[in-house]
Amino acid sequence: MKIRTVGRHIRQGFLNLSRNGWMTFASVSAVSITLLILGVFLLLALNVNHLADVVENQVEIRAFLDLTADSEDIENVEKELEQILGVESYTFVSKDEGLSEFREGFPEQDQDLLEGLEEENPLPDSFVIKAVDPQKTGEVAEKVLKLPHVYDVTYGKETVEKLFKVTNTIRNFGLVFIIGLTFTALFLISNTIRLTIMARGKEIEIMKLVGATRGFIRGPFFVEGLLMGLIGSIIPIILLLVGYYFLFSYVTSEFLILNVMLPLYPLALQIAGILLGIGAFIGIWGSMMSVRKFLKI
Amino acid sequence: MIEMQDVWKTYPNGSTALQGVSVKIDKGEFVYVVGPSGAGKSTFIKLMYREEKPTKGKIFLNGFSVEKMKEKQIPRLRRSIGVVFQDFKLLPRLTVYENVAFAMEVIETPKRNIKPRVMEVLELVKLKHKVRSFPDQLSGGEQQRVALARALVNNPSIVIADEPTGNLDPDTSWEIMDIFEQINTRGTTVVMATHNREIVDTMRKRVIAIENGRIARDQERGEYGYED
Repeated sequence: MKIRTVGRHIRQGFLNLSRNGWMTFASVSAVSITLLILGVFLLLALNVNHLADVVENQVEIRAFLDLTADSEDIENVEKELEQILGVESYTFVSKDEGLSEFREGFPEQDQDLLEGLEEENPLPDSFVIKAVDPQKTGEVAEKVLKLPHVYDVTYGKETVEKLFKVTNTIRNFGLVFIIGLTFTALFLISNTIRLTIMARGKEIEIMKLVGATRGFIRGPFFVEGLLMGLIGSIIPIILLLVGYYFLFSYVTSEFLILNVMLPLYPLALQIAGILLGIGAFIGIWGSMMSVRKFLKI
Repeated sequence: MIEMQDVWKTYPNGSTALQGVSVKIDKGEFVYVVGPSGAGKSTFIKLMYREEKPTKGKIFLNGFSVEKMKEKQIPRLRRSIGVVFQDFKLLPRLTVYENVAFAMEVIETPKRNIKPRVMEVLELVKLKHKVRSFPDQLSGGEQQRVALARALVNNPSIVIADEPTGNLDPDTSWEIMDIFEQINTRGTTVVMATHNREIVDTMRKRVIAIENGRIARDQERGEYGYED
């Protein structure tokens, strides 16, 4: 295919869009509305996922050392921890630090109950460990327990397992929902585009009669499909991002919680990319599928 | 040059349209194809530009073995033929100019060559003043002239017409026939299926009559020969 033919297809594609005014409008609206709905739920799912991440990242392992462990033993444990796969970070908490933490847990008026503990601190030295993948906290904890001088690990086993069950359910549900919605969008949009092209079967027949090749007939329809998909996705992208921006500023200023929603960047780029991609893909796919039907005859 | 050798055509629904048709049309001839409705005229015409495939027999056109062609080669065959139909078959969303230019764009003609040639054929069919109009703004006769211009724009050696005057009043029909006559005198082969007795009897040419799927008569300067 020659360059000037490509140019012609692009020109003709634009021209067809403007001359098929209402049909174009119908297709573009269908793309916009479905992608808007998809986008809203996509943002929701991404944020829920983010929230689940935030919650999961609070999970940490506490490894208690033998009371007899001296500073050399502690150093050894530290070296061992470094070797364990799946450990993201660890902090040493000495028995004194442990005690002050413990003390903070008591109300002011009961502090006298803890008198005298400094002289004979019953708490062991310990490490606070975070797993790279919070879901694998249990596995990491088991490995840590096997280290010499570690006599116990705690990570709130049952609570954590329940938490992960909840977050995983939410994630899976969100994923299934988004996939379902994507397919619905694919179907709806390609169907609308199909209708607009069906109306032009006669046109395709005439093109064939004057000796147009299949590629030549497809050309402008390809451009049209692509343009309808792109134009149709720009509108929901703008609406979604503006809406998200205001919601984000409202939530962060009103509730003073910074981490609860994903920040606009790089989320904006991801959403724009996904919606543009889906729009372009279904636009082209829908129009190519419909043209194919007529080319067979 | 067009040649058919013992051509048969049976449609999938079982109806037989042609039964052993053999015919030879030389370059530069003007041929009317006449006969009762449903006798096989349209099938005869459609076989030439490979709208239909024969069940049996051979068809040669401009050096192409029409019945053996692959789907992919059909565009090349059609580019060497100009086709004109009773219902004009213009692209409704393209202007007169674009409809004619379309046939040249299809064969990837450089843009600078398209405009002068399109204007030339529009001059020939006397529609230069309507270049920017859309088909639905034109009369039947004007639309048929656009279709004719489109058929001629690539200088085909053969023009095939299926009842080109079928939807036109007598005066307009004669205008169209004048153009066919003109292009024929310039050496273009014309094959025209028609029901128009007045035209066939006045503008005398070779007449091929098809009845019941066979050639019933093939006569130079023949008459229409049927009561309407």
